[in-house]
Amino acid sequence: MTRALVLRAAGVNCERETLLALEQAGAKPDLLHVQQLVDAPARLDDYSLLVLPGGFSYGDDIAAGRVLGFELRCFLGEALASFVARGGYVLGVCNGFQVLVDTGLLEGVSARPSERTIALTANVSGHYECRWITLRNEPSACAWLDAGALWPTPVAHGEGRLMFKDTQALERLRQRGQIALRYVTREGGAAEYPQLPNGSTDAIAGLCDPTGRVFGLMPHPERNVAPWNHPHWTRSAPRPSGEGLEFYRRLVAAANR
Amino acid sequence: MASPVSLKSSVSNTTAAPPRAWRVEVFRRPEIDDPAGQAAVRALAEVGVRGVRSIRRGRGYLLSPTLDAAQVERLSAQLLVDPVLERAELTAPGAWPQRAKSRVQRIVVMRRRGVMDPCALTIEAAVARQNRELRGERAVRVLTFAAWEVDSDLSRDALAAAAREVFANDVVDEIYVDDDALHFDFPSAGAVRIVQHVPLRDSQDEQLEQLSREGQLSLSLDEMRAIQAHYREQGREPTLAELETLAQTWSEHCKHKTFTGVIDYDGERIDNLLKRTIKAATLELAKPWCVSVFHDNAGVIEFAPGWNVCFKVETHNHPSAIDPYGGAGTGVGGVIRDILGVGLGAKPIANTDAFFVGPPDLAAENLPKGCMHPRRILRGVVAGVRDYGNRMGIPTVNGGVWFHPRYVGNPLVYAGCVGLMPSDCTHKEVLPGDAIVVVGGRTGRDGIHGATFSSLELHDESQSVSSSAVQIGDPITEKRVTDALLRARDARLYRAVTDCGAGGLSSAVGEMGADCGARVELERVPLKYPGLSPAEIWISEAQERMVLAVAREKLDALLEVFRAEGCEATAIGEFTANGKLELTYAGERVAELDMHFLHEGAPRPLRKATRPSVLESDEGCPRCGDANAMTLALLSAPNIASKEWIVRQYDHEVQGMRVLGALCGERDDGPGDAAVLQPLANSRRGIALGCGANPEYGLRDPYAMACAAIDEALRNVVAVGGDPSHTAILDNFSWGNCKRPEQLGALVEASRGCYAAAVAFQTPFISGKDSLNNEFRTADGVISIPPTLYVSALSIVPDVAHTVSMDLKRAGNLLYLVGMTHVEFGGSQYFAQLGLDSGRTPRPDLALAPRTLRSLHGAIASGLVRACHDLSEGGLAVAAAEMAFAGELGARLDLAPIALGAFDAARVDRDALALFSESCTRFLVEVEPQRAAEFERALEGVDLARVGAVQSEPRLVITNGSRPIVDLALSQLRSAHQGGFQG
Repeated sequence: MTRALVLRAAGVNCERETLLALEQAGAKPDLLHVQQLVDAPARLDDYSLLVLPGGFSYGDDIAAGRVLGFELRCFLGEALASFVARGGYVLGVCNGFQVLVDTGLLEGVSARPSERTIALTANVSGHYECRWITLRNEPSACAWLDAGALWPTPVAHGEGRLMFKDTQALERLRQRGQIALRYVTREGGAAEYPQLPNGSTDAIAGLCDPTGRVFGLMPHPERNVAPWNHPHWTRSAPRPSGEGLEFYRRLVAAANR
Repeated sequence: MASPVSLKSSVSNTTAAPPRAWRVEVFRRPEIDDPAGQAAVRALAEVGVRGVRSIRRGRGYLLSPTLDAAQVERLSAQLLVDPVLERAELTAPGAWPQRAKSRVQRIVVMRRRGVMDPCALTIEAAVARQNRELRGERAVRVLTFAAWEVDSDLSRDALAAAAREVFANDVVDEIYVDDDALHFDFPSAGAVRIVQHVPLRDSQDEQLEQLSREGQLSLSLDEMRAIQAHYREQGREPTLAELETLAQTWSEHCKHKTFTGVIDYDGERIDNLLKRTIKAATLELAKPWCVSVFHDNAGVIEFAPGWNVCFKVETHNHPSAIDPYGGAGTGVGGVIRDILGVGLGAKPIANTDAFFVGPPDLAAENLPKGCMHPRRILRGVVAGVRDYGNRMGIPTVNGGVWFHPRYVGNPLVYAGCVGLMPSDCTHKEVLPGDAIVVVGGRTGRDGIHGATFSSLELHDESQSVSSSAVQIGDPITEKRVTDALLRARDARLYRAVTDCGAGGLSSAVGEMGADCGARVELERVPLKYPGLSPAEIWISEAQERMVLAVAREKLDALLEVFRAEGCEATAIGEFTANGKLELTYAGERVAELDMHFLHEGAPRPLRKATRPSVLESDEGCPRCGDANAMTLALLSAPNIASKEWIVRQYDHEVQGMRVLGALCGERDDGPGDAAVLQPLANSRRGIALGCGANPEYGLRDPYAMACAAIDEALRNVVAVGGDPSHTAILDNFSWGNCKRPEQLGALVEASRGCYAAAVAFQTPFISGKDSLNNEFRTADGVISIPPTLYVSALSIVPDVAHTVSMDLKRAGNLLYLVGMTHVEFGGSQYFAQLGLDSGRTPRPDLALAPRTLRSLHGAIASGLVRACHDLSEGGLAVAAAEMAFAGELGARLDLAPIALGAFDAARVDRDALALFSESCTRFLVEVEPQRAAEFERALEGVDLARVGAVQSEPRLVITNGSRPIVDLALSQLRSAHQGGFQG
């Protein structure tokens, strides 16, 4: 069984739905305060999946995810890098994605945070936005994700616009198969606002590291797990669960070792 | 790669002194677009500021001068600056930053001294955690500011004026243009007098009144006399801390003395209006599922085996008038603490919000002096609710916005919160010997006199004189309190909890110790900065604080739980058994008050009330001419038009409990009736949250308004699947000055309406609040708000799988109109369009309405209903239009079969009556043809008309028999509804 560690800190607020989704997807999740992991980083050894859930860690003060990212860099940088090097999986959702980007972990375990080339910044709309969008799984280093699938998910963020240092940086991600999710229209076409809710470069919604084991995305699959989470469920035939559960099932299965 | 940081120092020719602090300014790299800067240009253009070529938005930090340059560079690079997008400019302490280009002007906005700067606190804590060297004496102090680099032709004065209108609020902010004399010091502290006596035993009446006024005590002469008599008996003068405690505890805000006092209503004596109406209804209904009503911080009802839900709605009107962002944010923070402070504490699972503001299209010249434009107020309160609720991780799921010219100087802001708690956490007790522990934020000089301020009228200089009553919230501190508190609750580490709201510690400790006694050592209260007097510490309403009663043997374990969450917790005294409230500061006695006098000693006021004149002229209803144009005009009227721009900014999905949201249908643009949540993952039981209000009705007939508001709140929850026999309601009254007899008379009538409707519908009130002095005084006179009752409903949904949304589902399905349509146009949107001020105010038929709700619920719970929408503002035409465009399906309706009340055909146009009347207890319902017979049986005995069917052709077609009346494309309906002010 996949043991998952869900990390929380002041302002992390999506732990409820994240724990439920992991449980329903077959994992055994534990919730831990980041300070407790800082005090005993060896705790990571018990887990094959580390999850940074959504929220507003430390209020998103300075920039979204910045302070928690700073703490992970300062206190847990080596522990996280060796966790990934050993084959561990890391998922960052929304604020967790912002934190992951800040740590540099998506750019490879040896990348230095100060040399990162990826950034998440304020939505082009200029404000926080909560709505349902459609994602497409892209062919990527994430073998566990079914490429080509379209699925609906809610987004809820103010700083979800992916930007890159330059075009080479984006090209490098492409070549390494790190572009894992894109925003598309409901039919799978090119998305514009509001289906592209934040103006993200190249409509990218999620990235992975070159191994496919570190994964970050702005949308919230864990909020589309119950049959009635989808805003149109009253318009459609009864269904056993939301599409977000499939994402967690695949991740949990991949991280099972 | 080049460092994002550059170190510069330069000299400015201004005379003001630069701050003695390191200064880090961060802007986006010039080659990267800056949407925030572009938005600033648009915001200036909207208020008529032209000649701005471009704006770059930046932010800045002031850091302790004790840091060395290398430390500042490191902090900047590691923490303050994004290496991909941004660059920073560092300026040494005492130096001026170098100007980039000569024609660029710089606006800098910084919080005033002592106003909460949550980002600065976060940075200070992060630095201390990361670097052992920078703790204690060497801890880094931080302040933050916002900056705009403006390329324009504007003069410095014009730019400053524009900044004041768009970027900052003088009440909480300091604004500089090309003058960076930023402060880096604390609020000035005078010499603190520990014990201060206030002589009043020998005072005359005028002196007592003067003392109350000048001390911002808001106490009446009768109350001052009662205090005088008490201290004459004691043989001493009161201390300032005692007097302040009495003023807070006896304030209208805390005591509800109008509602619970004696009223002379045109000769009829009403002893305690609240007890005789609102509470009487609950008492008579005696619902076994009501667990705790009226006496705690929120009402509690049973939800599912082992679980209760609680609900509270607060008003935060006066702070929001002065600083909409901070006022609304701290309003949300306050009501969340009510939920954390009910019983042993509940987990907040949903927020609600409602705003009543002036018209969004108000011309600038019609704005009274001293008021902000309604647009600015609305944007500010929406941002305040957004930033607080979203950061707390609580979905904001239901509410509303109402516009009326009489809210222009005194907007209303309601914030609600629903909590979920294990059944065995519902009750609390305080025992003598328990430690008094304050947790959460530190105490500062902010929020002094909030409780007494809210009992005063607003006027055109309220902004300048009452700024200390306005605060900025710090949601992450409150989140820490929540995380720690619920963990401590589950470990049963405390015996009682309450929130620090109005009146601060004085109210919280005073209430908790009311039945036993309390002793507090005020010097132990953690402060934001030195220099507060004991009385200030005692009454400060600094946010994000709660008070616990902790058994001595559990104190260490409790403090450890809070420490682990990074949340400050401090024992400041203990509960005693001597019936006294004793305050000391460093061993000196600051106050010693008899608890009985504090809580029971206030004289009950006798107020005069007179029956309000009810506007009920003409029973007629004119034709509208072009029904197409009228339907579109109604859809785009501010009170009906889409509020999507607000809903989108709230996180309504967090916690993953969503069953039904505020927006419904194929394109998520249909205005839903109520929200439905599934609070427990392993149970299909749900809760529905709805609301009702109508200030236009309130102006015409307060009794009818109260009944109609309750009817509307119940319609909304029943429409989505809520069970009307398991529904609780909340009353929130905002009224004009109730010292005016006709205002108080309107309150009497509305309260009686509440009683009648609650008893008829069998829906108990479980909590409520009143705000009774909502006026704005201008040079031309007083603007009193319309009598405004905001009713919230919380209903149990037996099985969320049977939830119904309002969007049409399938062509061929039948449409039924449930309920009777009367000639009720008083305060209606139709008459507003026609410029008419007559008509009977809608009110439910209390003999029939409860049965209608029960029957409809039966049909919904049996799965017979595909879509359901209540009829409210704009009547049938608006409801049908909303259902159609939300479902991306057309509809064909025939008005001929509709059940109409008696009317005079000579004076009433039948088509307009059927289309636009706002009669209560009506629904438009979609049913599959094969379930029609079953549905009709379920609704037997209820007025019901089969009015048409859903069609695939994307048009709304309404006829009377074969005579066409309305024929509009869905696209026209949608664009009308989406038109108007959209943020």
